[in-house]
Amino acid sequence: MDNLFNRKYIVQGLFIVVSLILLGTLFYIQVFSDKYFLSAESNVLRKLYTFPARGVILDRNEKILVQNEPVYDLMVIPNDVKEFDTLALCGIIGIDTIKFKKNFKKALNQSRYQPSIFEKQLSVSIYQSLSEKLYRFPGFFVQSRTIRQYPDSIAGHFLGYIKEVSPTDIERSEGYYRPGDYIGKTGVEKAYETALRGERGVVNMLYDAHNVPKGSYAEGKFDTSAVSGEQLISSLDVRIQKLGEELLKNKVGSIVAIEPATGEILAFVSSPGYDPNLMVGRQQGNNYMDLLKNPNRVLNIRPIQGYYSPGSSFKPLDALIGLQEGVIDENTTFNCPGYFRVGNHTTKCEHVDGNIALRRGLARSCNTYACYVFQKLLTQKKFNRNQQVAYDYWQKKVKLWGLGDTLGIDLPGERKGRLYDASYYSKKYSKYWGYSTVISLAIGQGEMDATPLQMANIMAAIANKGYYIKPHLVKSIGKDHVIRKEYLKKNYVGVDAAHFGPVIDGMQEAVNSPWGTALASRIDGIIMCGKTGTVQNPRGKNHSVFIGFAPRDNPKIAIAVIVENAGYGGTYAAPIASYITEKYLKDSIPPNRRGGVEWMKKQVILPALPKPKVKTKAALIDSAKKADSLKKSINAVEPKKVIDKKND
Amino acid sequence: MTNQQSNRFFFNVDWITILIYIALCAVGYVNIYASVHNTTDTSVFNFGSNYGKQLIYVIAGLVLGFSILLLDAKFFSVFSPIVYGVTVLLLIIVLVVGRNVGGNQAWISLGGGFRLQPSEFAKFGTALLLARYISSFSPKFRDLKSIAFAGLIMGIPLVLIMLQPDAGSALVFLAFMFPMYREGLSGYFLLIFLGMIVLFVADFLVPLKVLIPTILLIGGFFVYQNKRKQKVMFSAILVTIIAIAYLFVVKLAYEKVLKPHQRTRIELILGLKIDPKGVGYNVIQSKIAIGSGQLTGRGFLQGTQTKYGYVPAQSTDFIFSTIGEEWGFVGCFVVIGLFLFLLLRLINLAERQRSTFSRVYGYCVASILFFHVFINIGMAIGIVPVIGIPLPFISYGGSSLWSFTILLFIFLKLDSNRMGFI
Repeated sequence: MDNLFNRKYIVQGLFIVVSLILLGTLFYIQVFSDKYFLSAESNVLRKLYTFPARGVILDRNEKILVQNEPVYDLMVIPNDVKEFDTLALCGIIGIDTIKFKKNFKKALNQSRYQPSIFEKQLSVSIYQSLSEKLYRFPGFFVQSRTIRQYPDSIAGHFLGYIKEVSPTDIERSEGYYRPGDYIGKTGVEKAYETALRGERGVVNMLYDAHNVPKGSYAEGKFDTSAVSGEQLISSLDVRIQKLGEELLKNKVGSIVAIEPATGEILAFVSSPGYDPNLMVGRQQGNNYMDLLKNPNRVLNIRPIQGYYSPGSSFKPLDALIGLQEGVIDENTTFNCPGYFRVGNHTTKCEHVDGNIALRRGLARSCNTYACYVFQKLLTQKKFNRNQQVAYDYWQKKVKLWGLGDTLGIDLPGERKGRLYDASYYSKKYSKYWGYSTVISLAIGQGEMDATPLQMANIMAAIANKGYYIKPHLVKSIGKDHVIRKEYLKKNYVGVDAAHFGPVIDGMQEAVNSPWGTALASRIDGIIMCGKTGTVQNPRGKNHSVFIGFAPRDNPKIAIAVIVENAGYGGTYAAPIASYITEKYLKDSIPPNRRGGVEWMKKQVILPALPKPKVKTKAALIDSAKKADSLKKSINAVEPKKVIDKKND
Repeated sequence: MTNQQSNRFFFNVDWITILIYIALCAVGYVNIYASVHNTTDTSVFNFGSNYGKQLIYVIAGLVLGFSILLLDAKFFSVFSPIVYGVTVLLLIIVLVVGRNVGGNQAWISLGGGFRLQPSEFAKFGTALLLARYISSFSPKFRDLKSIAFAGLIMGIPLVLIMLQPDAGSALVFLAFMFPMYREGLSGYFLLIFLGMIVLFVADFLVPLKVLIPTILLIGGFFVYQNKRKQKVMFSAILVTIIAIAYLFVVKLAYEKVLKPHQRTRIELILGLKIDPKGVGYNVIQSKIAIGSGQLTGRGFLQGTQTKYGYVPAQSTDFIFSTIGEEWGFVGCFVVIGLFLFLLLRLINLAERQRSTFSRVYGYCVASILFFHVFINIGMAIGIVPVIGIPLPFISYGGSSLWSFTILLFIFLKLDSNRMGFI
């Protein structure tokens, strides 16, 4: 044996080393990393989805507010498309060749082998003529799905709309949604998305390398069928919702009606409104842009987004808090010389009422009375005459009524309103301020804003003599009529039930006595209690406001009506409230009042529109700044200026 | 056949090797069956008879193998120049009349759907002649002449196959460096060869402005170390200069000589290019299939990647992906284990030969099988460029199976005769 024999071991060693390298790599690929295993799954597995019908939404009497209508998406698998008569296809589905090319390119970009939507939401009639000729267009097929349809064309703001998911939606849902899915974008559709959308069905199919289906995966063990969305029963009453929308036609404003005992919202009108059917179908995008451009801000949900000074409708709260705190009783009288003066601040009163007590004060809507109560509240002895501490105490009491914060309605986009605490004023007036500085709050003006929903909610709390249920729009979810727990909880406003009597008396007088300010809302046979308000509006004519509830005993409806730029509260808001209340309680309006209803429907009170000019972004920012500085200057001047107001 | 006869003809035959051979053929048959099984019922192309054909090839291969055992051992040594001559002739003929399959002119049609791949048979032709040359002249490869002569024996078929052009099969002929090494070729040749590969790869991955100073630094270090020994110092300077020149030649050859698809394959393996739909598709799909087998595999006929045809050329060059997917790491371990056992055994058998011819031939067989196994499995798991060479005994195809059978059984015959003289 020569020494070359040893080279055997080198060769054999090399064989062993290389084998170990191979095995090591294999171990990594097969056992250590599951990347390849997952890739293999995605190679062969395709999930085919079946779309559930979205949940139907009914009104409180189970009348349909929104239902589903079948439409047909034209799908395409680009790889399967062979030469065909493009013009014929374009003709049937009503597009031009440019759009055709665009659509096809889009589909091709998405995937060559996977189906993508070519043209969406074809109507039944287009589908019928298309389906006969579909065999001439290889690679194209039709997939049915449902879209929303609104039989009465009402309650658009409340219902909201659905739209194809955006990439952000998909990302946020962590992959639940897939391109082409629909999602609730606003309103109840958004708030109750998870209940309404139902569950997609899925069929797991195996595909080979040529994208030919090879049957179902694991004998369909993991397949599911689509589950329709839950039906929602809303609290809305179609009858008064419809009447409300008609009454506010060609006006800007809101109506909110609440059933006090349950917090269920009976009417939710935001005017100007829009036909929800516009937000469906192939024209959705265009229609949406039109609505967006509308100068009256059609898309604003005014009942929960509109800011209004409560005005005189705040006065019942003055009285109630005063009674609760014991600074007045129902017989405490103040002298009204036609104004309330403290130092050099003067708050005017429309009437010279002389000595005036609670009931008449409310019925006459006496500014002086309200200011005296406010003065007494902020100069209570228990705060050692520290008016700022007293203010904070007062503000907390007011907040209990749901002012200055969201009520938590089951609708996206609710705004808080405005009510500041003492530190805000300390900052603004560098500590030297007292009740006289913020006296306008006594009459619901100044630095206080409320949404129509908050105003209606205050009425519900008065009707309930001391508590409210969180106002909500959906009564129950699903076939089992599930009611959310939070809608059974009473929220107390911190005033004992005993104190409500005289205040309700005053509100009853306001509507039903000759000296009342809300006579226009009187209804035969029903004792309505209410309060008008005329709210100053720096941009134009005053807003007309009415809040109230009816009937006095065992109240069934609490209501807030606001008509912008309509002037005196008694002229528009009060009668509108009375018609709605009457319709709700009696189911019909007597013939002698129908004329009034028709007259009201015909009134056009729209703000003078600014000249239609295209604003650049810079100009918009500019004007926003201007408005801001204007507001600041108004605020700065306010305490010194004479608050001049009609009391109504 | 009587017992006596069997004793005469199969005396001293290494049955263990034959058992491994049969086991590997069986692995091949089972996995080819799995590779083509489910596509038969729906696919337009008729792969249906592939595993049927393979069964015929295996049986024919066994007949062929055992008939080789019946031949006289001296036959191979004596006729080796003629066998070599015939295979070289076939390689020339194929360049003229060959059928072009997949861009390579590598096949001679025999009629009846059967065709022959001469490059497969050139392997044992070359092995025989190399063994004959070494046994006859016992060169120790210390002089340039003997190296050149041996190089010519393996170089002629290599160049002819390159011309087909089938770089993969041609590269296999480099395996003959192992027997030459065993017989005395300096280990430096292997090191230089390794160095060339390292420099080749580095040429693509490292920019020249980094690479050249690095080489100069290393060269300079050796020159400084050996400044007393003039001869070594000069060779160190020479090697450094050649290394740098080599870099430029490689770049130039790469641009001018290699075909675009070969360039792409090299770039893919070096990670310079990502191309999941093109050439890289094979490797990616093969890795996915193998990886999805995990530890124990999906089971016979259960591999989705295999069933639904995600890996191209799965019954031939990428048969290992079927093994990986359906039998998992355990299956791969067994197959590689079988191969390693076979290779080590072949080397041991070669070393026990009394004749140089048999020993050299044994080394040739082991080296060629090793190259095939390493390159084939290496490319299936993406650590070697895709050069289409079959996995011995397992890949579908008559030519390759028979040529490996002949290659192996000639050695078994020589081994059974190890006591005699050739």
